[in-house]
Amino acid sequence: MLAKRIIPCLDVTNGRVVKGTNFVELKDAGDPVEIARRYNEEGADELTFLDITASSDNRDLILHIIEAVASEVFIPLTVGGGVRAVADIQRLLNAGADKVSINTSAVNNPQLVKDAADRYGNQCIVVAIDSKRVGAYWEVFTHGGRTATGLDAIEWAKKMEAYGAGELLLTSMDRDGTKSGFDLELNRAISDAVDIPIIASGGVGTLQHLVDGIREGRADAVLAASIFHFGEFGIEEAKRYMKQHGIEVRL
Amino acid sequence: MSVDIAVIDYGMGNLRSVVKAIEHVAPALSVVVTSDPEVIAGAGRIVFPGQGAAPDCMREIDARGLRQVIIDAAQSKPFLGICMGLQVLFEHSEEGDADCLGILPGSVQRFPHEAMLDSAGNKLKVPHMGWNNVHQAAPHPMWAGIEEGARFYFVHSYFVQPTSPDVIAGFSHYPFPFTCAVATQNIFAVQFHPEKSANDGLTLLGNFVTWNPGETESACDMTGAACA
Repeated sequence: MLAKRIIPCLDVTNGRVVKGTNFVELKDAGDPVEIARRYNEEGADELTFLDITASSDNRDLILHIIEAVASEVFIPLTVGGGVRAVADIQRLLNAGADKVSINTSAVNNPQLVKDAADRYGNQCIVVAIDSKRVGAYWEVFTHGGRTATGLDAIEWAKKMEAYGAGELLLTSMDRDGTKSGFDLELNRAISDAVDIPIIASGGVGTLQHLVDGIREGRADAVLAASIFHFGEFGIEEAKRYMKQHGIEVRL
Repeated sequence: MSVDIAVIDYGMGNLRSVVKAIEHVAPALSVVVTSDPEVIAGAGRIVFPGQGAAPDCMREIDARGLRQVIIDAAQSKPFLGICMGLQVLFEHSEEGDADCLGILPGSVQRFPHEAMLDSAGNKLKVPHMGWNNVHQAAPHPMWAGIEEGARFYFVHSYFVQPTSPDVIAGFSHYPFPFTCAVATQNIFAVQFHPEKSANDGLTLLGNFVTWNPGETESACDMTGAACA
């Protein structure tokens, strides 16, 4: 049976992972390659790197990181952040990324999603949707949640599926960083509206939240950063908990 | 100079992952990514990967004049197909109504929308993406060191339906059983991505670089195993 996936997310800036890590025996807590290796050993199903480098001068650093990780970690790697053109996608794939996540640029230029999916296949295009509840619906935000777009998140998800996205990464801006759990209603609404896999993100504070994301939110995968980075929970521990609660996982 | 392993590049998707994984398991071998028919014809082993849509794959294979050299290689030396490199070995794909290489009898079809429900009635997504159990339909040197039911990473919306059940080397469930590995003579081809399937994937690739199809029978005789 297909397993539900757990995907740790590493926020990278200027070639270093930000947010702390509590891995014992880790020589360098900010080294993305070492952290990626450790997550892989713990049984992560995929890894996502989010490049939050502000300066374009240092953007190429992520390419070196992906190259290094791809040489020794043989699970799917997704990279997002600052992807603006097909040429950016080409560079990331050449460096060893398997999937590229597109967020702001998908809103600014939906054709980019179509062009990229046509050229490289749907399987490597992830569209990241950041949204916030506004009255009776969820509105799509860009630029890390700072810019409102007026787009309805459910309609936007359907459009991105039609444009060739192979997967959707849904982040609730209301829940992100709150540790109060995923926005289950949002995840369920979008999961029901599309046929492609969705990854729930934003708000994980406990292992039960991961279970809820899959059970109640109908997510196909769950992404989390801080609960793994700060060593509150291990990946394997999370998977065992999910398994105890009847969820198919890869152990 | 001939190379040990040629990874066929026909412009469909990113080949870096598969090359990195082969280099990892076989650091002493020469591995090249190539679309040169002469290099492919002269290589000791062939890896035939591929992502994207069947009609595009076939168009790109023909645009590079690779059809015959792929057919020849598939009949003459250890040949590993991965993902689209499995699907286009068959006669026809429902995807874009594409005629494929026809090396193996059978067809390729999409996961039918109406069948995509789990036992609890929940919708199953397409593409089939993630880690699924691979059941070994028959013993094969390529499965050496890999547990029955081991999980491999999949991402695909279409699956192969071989005419002859004799070529089925492995199957998976989504939600019904479908063929995810085929084996015949010197061909072994898989729907999943060994290069993205952690240790079991590396084991499979390691098996490929030492697999000698000609010796399959005698090796099986020695162990008493029934070979497909």
